[in-house]
Amino acid sequence: MTQPIAPAGADAWILGTRKGAWPLRPPTPGRGWKDWKLEEPWFFGCQVHHVVQDPRGAGTLLAAVRTGHLGPTVYRSTDGGRNWKEAARPPAFRAKEAYADSPLTAEDPRRQGLVVDHVFFLAPGHASRPGVWYAGVSPIGLFQSEDDGVSWAEVRGFNDHPSLATWCYNFAPGTPDGLKCHSVQVDPSDPKRLMLGLSGGGIFLSEDMGKDWRPVNLGVAMDFAPPKTDGSEYEFGHDPHDAVIHPANPRRWYQQNHCGIYRLDWKAGEKTQRWERIGKNMPKEVGDIGFSMTCHPQKDAVCWVIPMDGGTVWPRTSVEGKPAVYRTRDAGASWQRLDKGLPARAWLTVYRQAMAHDGKDPLNLLFGTTSGEAYWSGDEGDRWLNPVRGLPKIQSVTAARLG
Amino acid sequence: MPSALRTRVRFAALLHSYTTGASVVEVEPGTVSSVMAELDRRFPGLAFRIVDEQGRIRPHMNVFLNEYLIRDPTTPVAAGSELYLVGALSGG
Repeated sequence: MTQPIAPAGADAWILGTRKGAWPLRPPTPGRGWKDWKLEEPWFFGCQVHHVVQDPRGAGTLLAAVRTGHLGPTVYRSTDGGRNWKEAARPPAFRAKEAYADSPLTAEDPRRQGLVVDHVFFLAPGHASRPGVWYAGVSPIGLFQSEDDGVSWAEVRGFNDHPSLATWCYNFAPGTPDGLKCHSVQVDPSDPKRLMLGLSGGGIFLSEDMGKDWRPVNLGVAMDFAPPKTDGSEYEFGHDPHDAVIHPANPRRWYQQNHCGIYRLDWKAGEKTQRWERIGKNMPKEVGDIGFSMTCHPQKDAVCWVIPMDGGTVWPRTSVEGKPAVYRTRDAGASWQRLDKGLPARAWLTVYRQAMAHDGKDPLNLLFGTTSGEAYWSGDEGDRWLNPVRGLPKIQSVTAARLG
Repeated sequence: MPSALRTRVRFAALLHSYTTGASVVEVEPGTVSSVMAELDRRFPGLAFRIVDEQGRIRPHMNVFLNEYLIRDPTTPVAAGSELYLVGALSGG
């Protein structure tokens, strides 16, 4: 879920691509649906993994950018994208020398010195903490800014957690398919509760604002690992692709996982929480594999997913070459196929951050493909239109109020 | 030619946004690392675009010392020599 809460009054979509970010303006009412305006790109030639506008306060925009040569950084704009300034201190791991007195084992990759390959996910902090942002990076790491994105520091409770090297497979970088920290979510009802997804590693929760973390993965399949010999479940090592704390019901979590679609309804007072595989209610011939999952910002039973082919060698394209979005209106008990207006035959890939809503009523949805097309729906997915094609590989979609 | 007591640093165009447009500057000789430190004092944020947080030259940045490509930041940089900082991207 790239952006659970869209900025109020959103008037543009931001398409982050392999070669820059393009603002896309929808038609003004009464002008007809073809009157979309694709504006000139930001960060042309650079990889853009995420552009997020703060729904709090003045609406700072942050962009996760990686120039091929110059490495990763974060840019910020306080005027709706007209001017951008690079963070004075972008996310960077500590030098390996800083680990000299660390209790981590000598073999731990963090002691060899990690290098941020790219900033992957940006998330505004809790409403009660203006100016606080989080950034998930690849290789797996979490950073925090307390000055509205100007300077970034490691979330030490996570990056130095003694179990982190066990939770995730390794710290190898890679994009777009490498290991990364994503889906950083702040519980809107409690600033101390943070959730994030590790690909791979699983879903993790902190209840003390990032000082300590624990896995929350029971009930989630791990088809790519052999069954444990004692018959128990794996506690971590899973592969969530996209996860959300529902903004209107923070005790309800959803995730699109490498191994299915899940919902977790937190049960008060119970020590063990379990995910339920709501993807089992998808048509069997379609399955429940995918990257992105988008939740309605007010209705906690309404979500959209875009199934992909997860068979054999994982093509990650539309199942059987027939693109479709699926929607549930009953928290996953049933799903409706939504393909009106989508190509009858196409092998589309939609990345985990490449679908978003704009927070309006009625809700607008937009998703982008790796083949550079965007599809929009103004009726919650019943019909789709294709306002943009010919862009570079779309890696993220968000809504913003640019003015 | 750089002055006999200084080292000249030449920047490819992709770095000009960090150097306020300068394509050539002169710095104190020393090592690649010390040159980077001086450059970063003059142009904050520049060094991190060439050398990562572990002190290694980024994989797609090339540092030429005169006509030789170097990867070791401890390489001595003598007075009268020239460093050329340029991008080297591969793939599509």
